[in-house]
Amino acid sequence: MSLLEVQHVKKYFPVRKGLLQREVARVHAVDDVSVSVQEGETLGLVGESGCGKSTLGRTIVRLLEPTDGEIVFEGRNISKLGAGKLRPLRREMQMVFQDPYASLNPRKRVGTIIGDPLEIHGIGDAKSRRARVQELLRTVGLSPEHYNRFPHEFSGGQRQRIGVARALALQPKLIIADEPVSALDVSIQSQILNLLGDLQEEFRLTYIFIAHDLGVVRHVSDRIAVMYLGKLVELSPAEELYERPIMPYTEALLSAVPIPDPDRAEARERIVLTGDVPSPIDPPSGCRFHPRCRYATEVCKQVEPPLTDYGNGHLAACHHPLNVDQATLERVRAAPESPAEADKSALPVDSSGPSNP
Amino acid sequence: MADERLLEVRGLKVQFATEDGVVHAVDGVDFALDRGKVLGIVGESGSGKSVTAMTILGLTRDVNTRFEGEVIYKDRNLLDLPENEMQQYRGAEIGMIFQDPMTSLNPVYRVGDQIVEAIQAHEPVDKRKARRRAVELLRQVGIPNPESRVDDYPHQFSGGMRQRAMIAMALSCNPDVLIADEPTTALDVTIQAQIIELIDQLKDDFNSAVILITHDLGVVAEIADDLLVMYAGRVVEHGGKRPLFYDPQHPYTWGLLGSIPRLDRPRSERLHTIEGSPPSLIRLPQGCKFRPRCPHAFEKCLEEPPLENRVETPGHLDRCWLTVEAKRAVRDETIEGGEPAAA
Repeated sequence: MSLLEVQHVKKYFPVRKGLLQREVARVHAVDDVSVSVQEGETLGLVGESGCGKSTLGRTIVRLLEPTDGEIVFEGRNISKLGAGKLRPLRREMQMVFQDPYASLNPRKRVGTIIGDPLEIHGIGDAKSRRARVQELLRTVGLSPEHYNRFPHEFSGGQRQRIGVARALALQPKLIIADEPVSALDVSIQSQILNLLGDLQEEFRLTYIFIAHDLGVVRHVSDRIAVMYLGKLVELSPAEELYERPIMPYTEALLSAVPIPDPDRAEARERIVLTGDVPSPIDPPSGCRFHPRCRYATEVCKQVEPPLTDYGNGHLAACHHPLNVDQATLERVRAAPESPAEADKSALPVDSSGPSNP
Repeated sequence: MADERLLEVRGLKVQFATEDGVVHAVDGVDFALDRGKVLGIVGESGSGKSVTAMTILGLTRDVNTRFEGEVIYKDRNLLDLPENEMQQYRGAEIGMIFQDPMTSLNPVYRVGDQIVEAIQAHEPVDKRKARRRAVELLRQVGIPNPESRVDDYPHQFSGGMRQRAMIAMALSCNPDVLIADEPTTALDVTIQAQIIELIDQLKDDFNSAVILITHDLGVVAEIADDLLVMYAGRVVEHGGKRPLFYDPQHPYTWGLLGSIPRLDRPRSERLHTIEGSPPSLIRLPQGCKFRPRCPHAFEKCLEEPPLENRVETPGHLDRCWLTVEAKRAVRDETIEGGEPAAA
C-alpha cells in the first residue's frame, strides 16, 4: 500500500480586487495532480518557479487547504480534516524548508527550536526532552553543546541541519523537503544531501524532495515528477527520466542544465526555451506547454493531453511523445484515453518526434 | 592582432575594520582581462569574489576599508581616483549586472526611466534620444515589444525579463568591461540558459570583456575563457578553462568539481564533500587557508604556498605545495565524486 495517495488535487488561489474584494480570477497553482508515494522511497518534484511544486508540497501536509481532490495518508483521507484532528497527523509528516535563515526563529535557542514539537505534542518531560534534543543534534552532525546557542551563531549548512533535526524530532514517516539545499554553497550542499540519505536509511524515511536543480534531484530520487504550470506532465523512475524523457518540456529542462565539463558542454545541443512560463491565472488552452514547445501542432492548442502510461512506471502527458518506440506507441494508442483519441492525424510516426519549426 | 588589455588587477587586498576585528575579505588577487574575453571567478560565499568585483567599481570605498595593490584600467589606477572621477568610469566604462534582479531595480520607477537615467548620467543626450536608446537596448536584450514594455514597472516583468532589463542598463553606455555577479543564480535553469547565451552574444556585439562571478562551475564551463578559483580571499588556482577543468591542481578545485551531482555521469551513492566550512576571514588559519579542510595537507602546508606555475601549461597557476605527480595521482578519487551507485 502506498504511504501517500494524492488524487486529483487542485489548489486555486483567489485573486481579489476592488472595494468589496470580489474574486475576479483564480491562480491555478495546482491543477488536478495525482501521484502516489511508496513507503521508504524518495519522490523528486521538479519544475520551474511558479509551477506549483511548493504549493503541492504544502497542500499535502495540509499547510494549505486543497480546493478539490483527496489526500490519502496511510489509507485515511486527510484532505478535509479540521485543525484538531490534523494535529496528531503532524507527527507523521514534517517539512524542511528552503531558507535556513528565515525558517528558524532568531530569538529562540536551538534547544527550544528542536524541542518545541516535542512539547507541543506532550512527549516526555523536560528532562527527557532535553536528552532527546541532544541526541537529535548528534544525529544531524552537530554537537550537544550547541543546545543553548542561537541560530545566528551557525553557518547556513549548520542551520539547515537544525531544520532537519526539528523535522526529525517527532519521528515522522514522511518528510517534505522544499528546496532544502538551494540556498547553500556546493560543498555544504553535498554534506546535507549525504545527511538526508543517511537519515533515510537509518529511520526508513519517505521523502518528497522538491527542487529545481535537476542534478540534485537525480542524485536523491527514486522517482521523479515533473510539473509545469500546475500540471503533472511526466512521472518516471529517476534514471529513465534522464535517459529518455518523453515530454518535450522535460527534454528542454534537462538540456538547459549546465554541464561542468567544457568539451561536453560545447558538444551538446541545447534546446533554449523561448519566453517565460505563462501566467497560471489564465493558463494556455490544450497542452499548457504548447506556446513554448518546438513540436507543438494544432492538436496541442485544442486538446489537453492526458497523462498516459508508457510502461515501466513512466507516465507523460504529451501529444508528441519523444523516445517512445513504435510498438509502445501503438499499444498506447489502442488503449482508451490515449493521445491518439484526440487526433490521430497529428501524431508523429517516428519516435524522435516531428520536426515542426 | 595583439590582445588589447583592458583591465589588470595586481596584488589586490581589501580589508574591512569591524567591531570584531579586521576582515581580510580579499587577500592577494591578480588577474588580467583582454578585450573579447570572459573571465570566470568561482568560489563559495565569503571567498572574496564579489568584494573583488565591487572594489574594481569603487563600491567598497569607506572609512573603514583599506586597500592595497592596483586596479589598472586602460593605464589608470582606479584605486587612486577620487570619487568624482571614479563616477565617470563606473557604469560608463565598466558596467555591472547584479545578482538579484528583484531588488536591484527600483520598484517605483518605470523600467525605461531607470535606463534613461543611467544613460543621462553619463552622456549629454536629451530625454527623447535617451528613451529611443532605451527601447533599442531592450530590443537587443530580447524583451518582446520594447516600445510598450519600456513604460512598464519592474513588477510587470518576470524574473528573466528583469535580469534582461538589468543587462540593458549595464550596457546602456557601451562599457568595455561588464561585470556580472551571479547573474543567473536567482533564475530557473531554462531562463539561466537564455541569459548566459545573451551575455555571450552581447560580449561580441559590444566588443567588450566580461567578468562572470559565479559559484556554478557548469555556467563557467559554457562561456569562460579563463578561470579564477578563489578561497578565503585568495586566488588558489588560475588558468585557462580547459587546463583548469581537465588538469586541476588545487585540492579545493577538486572538491568543488566532486561536490556537484552531475547529469553527465552515472549516479553516485554518496557525494564527495569538503569537510567543515570556510574559515572566518577575521582569524584565518596559519599557512595554506584550505589546510584545515584539506585531506592531503602535510607539514609544509603550515607555510603559505605562493601562487605559481607548477605544471607544464604556461599561465596555469596554483597555490598548493603538493608535487604535480602527487596531485595527479590522488585527485581523481575526489573529482569523480563518490562511487557509482550499485545497479
